[in-house]
Amino acid sequence: MKRRKFVKNAMLGSMGAIIGTEIVFGSSMPDGYKPLALQDPDPFKMFDKDRDMVVLNDKPWNIEAQAHLLDDKITPNKYMFIRNNGLIPEDIDEKNWTLTIEGESVKQKKTFTLAELKSKFTQHTYQLTLECGGNGRSEFDPPAKGNQWTIGAVSCATWTGVRLRDVLADVGIKDDAVYIGYHAADVHLSRNPSKEPISRGAPMAKVMQEETLLAFKMNGKDIPLAHGYPLRLVAGGWPASVSGKWINGISVRNKVHDGAKMTGTAYRVPCNPVAPGEKVKDEDMCIIESMPVKSLITYPKSGAVLKEGKKLNIRGHAWAGELEVSKMEYSIDFGSTWKSCTLNKPANRLAWQHFSASIAFPKKGYYEVWARATDEQGIAQPMLLPGWNPKGYLNNACHRIAIKVS
Amino acid sequence: MDNSENIRKAIREVSRLMSVILVVFGIMIGMLVYFMVDPTLSAFKSVPSADEDILVYQDNEVQLSEEDFDKIENGIHIRTGLIEGEGLMEVVNNCTNCHSAKLVTQNRMNKERWVATIRWMQETQNLWDLGKNEEIIVNYLVANYPVKKKGRRELLSNIDWYELQE
Repeated sequence: MKRRKFVKNAMLGSMGAIIGTEIVFGSSMPDGYKPLALQDPDPFKMFDKDRDMVVLNDKPWNIEAQAHLLDDKITPNKYMFIRNNGLIPEDIDEKNWTLTIEGESVKQKKTFTLAELKSKFTQHTYQLTLECGGNGRSEFDPPAKGNQWTIGAVSCATWTGVRLRDVLADVGIKDDAVYIGYHAADVHLSRNPSKEPISRGAPMAKVMQEETLLAFKMNGKDIPLAHGYPLRLVAGGWPASVSGKWINGISVRNKVHDGAKMTGTAYRVPCNPVAPGEKVKDEDMCIIESMPVKSLITYPKSGAVLKEGKKLNIRGHAWAGELEVSKMEYSIDFGSTWKSCTLNKPANRLAWQHFSASIAFPKKGYYEVWARATDEQGIAQPMLLPGWNPKGYLNNACHRIAIKVS
Repeated sequence: MDNSENIRKAIREVSRLMSVILVVFGIMIGMLVYFMVDPTLSAFKSVPSADEDILVYQDNEVQLSEEDFDKIENGIHIRTGLIEGEGLMEVVNNCTNCHSAKLVTQNRMNKERWVATIRWMQETQNLWDLGKNEEIIVNYLVANYPVKKKGRRELLSNIDWYELQE
C-alpha cells in the first residue's frame, strides 16, 4: 500500500514537473511577445512623434529625427529622438515618486519626494543640448554594432528643474566623493529585476555645474514619458546617456561609478587612437565626457532644386559639448573654399547655437553644401569620418546636403 | 492457501501498478512529442482579456492564422523583417525574444564579430546557451547581413529631389 502510494506520488511529482515546465514556458514565452501598454505597435501615436521620425528599434524603443525635422530653435517633443536601453517603466505614480541619495560618499542617506524637490530648492531653466554618444554610428567602417544612428540623435530642448549640486549640498557630501551614478525605474530587456538596463553618471566637476539639473519639466510641461517622466538627470553637452531618465536614486561614489554601461567598452573610446578595425582591450578604453564640435543643416531639406540665379538660404544649429562654437562655415566645392555663416551666441551655456547663410551658385549643376563648425579651442569638424573606434561613438563629420541648380 | 492467495494478490497489484506506470509513461511521451512539434505551446495560449492594449495589439498585428504567422513575402519574413534563408527560424526563435529583430537587420558584421556579440549577450544580457543552433544562427547572419564597405565617407544616396519654393 505504502509502496503504491509512493509510486503514485512519484508519478504525480514527475507529471507535476512536466506541467511545471509547461506552466513556466506557457507564461514566460508569451511574455517575450507580450506588448506592454507602451510597446504598442504605433510608436508615433504612443510617443506623440512626427511620422517622419525613423524607428531604428522597437524593443527597446529607439527613434531618431532627420536633419530637416530639427529646424526648430528649441526641439519640440515630436522631433526629439528616443534612445532607450531597457523597457519604459509602467504605472508611474508621480505622487509617490521618490529620489534616494546614498552611496559611500554621502554623510547620510536621504530620500526626497518629488514635491519636496520642487518646493525645497530653487528651480532653474536652461536650453540643453543632448546628443547620443552613438549619433552617426552608421557611417563607421568597419561597422560598429548597436543602433545605427545616422544624424538625428540630437536635441536641444528647454529643461526645468533643480540643481543637483543644491540637492547634494542638502544631503551632505564627503570630501572623497569622485563620481555620481544614477538609478532608474526602467526594466532590463531580460526582465530580470536584479539587472539595471543602464546606470551611468558623471564626475563631481560635471555634477557641480550650475546647468546640471534634476529636471521635471521639458519645454515647460511635464517631461514626456519616453524622455524620463517624472524625473530626469540632465547633463548637457555630454553623451545623453549621462542624463538618466526615470531616476529614483543617486549614488555618490568614492570611485568612478561602476553601474551598467559604465564599464567595459560602453560609452568609451580608445584612450589612444587605433587603426580601423583594431582590437582594443577593455582597460585601454576611456569614458567619453564632453561631446565634440558638430553642426547640422536643418534647412533646406537635402535634395532641393532651385532656379539658376536664385540664392539659397541655409540655416541650422552648431554645438560643441562643454565648449562654445566660435566659427561656422560652409563650402559648395567639397572644402576647396569655405565661407562664413552668421552664428548666434548660445541662449545659455550648453545650448546649441543657430547659424544661417545665403549662398550664390556660380553655374547650373549638382552641388553639395557642407557645413563646418569650429569650437572655441580652434578644433573643427572633419570632412571625413573621425577616428574609428570599436563601438562607433563620436562621429562629428561635417553634415552635407545635395542641391541642384537648374 | 493463504500464501498463494497473497502471492496472486501481489502479482495482480504489481501488474496493475505496471499498467499505471505504462499509461502515465505513454502520456508523458505524448506530451514530449507534442512539445517538440509546438515548443511554444501555442495551442494552449489563451487570449488575455484583462488588458485592452494586448487585445488591440492582437487585433492589429498578431491576428494571423497559423500559416500566416511565419509568412514570407518577397524573401522577407513579414513578422520580423528578417531575410528568408537557412536558419531563419532559429534566428527568429532565439534572437527576437529580448530585443527587436530590427537590432539584427540594421547591423552588418563578420563571423567573428557576430560571435562576439552573442558572447556579450550571454555574459551580460542573460542570453541562453544556443547549443548547435549557434552555428546555424551565425551562418545565417554572416550570409544575410555581411559587412558592407563604406570607406572614409560615402556618397549621398537616395536623394529625394524636390523644387524649392521660397
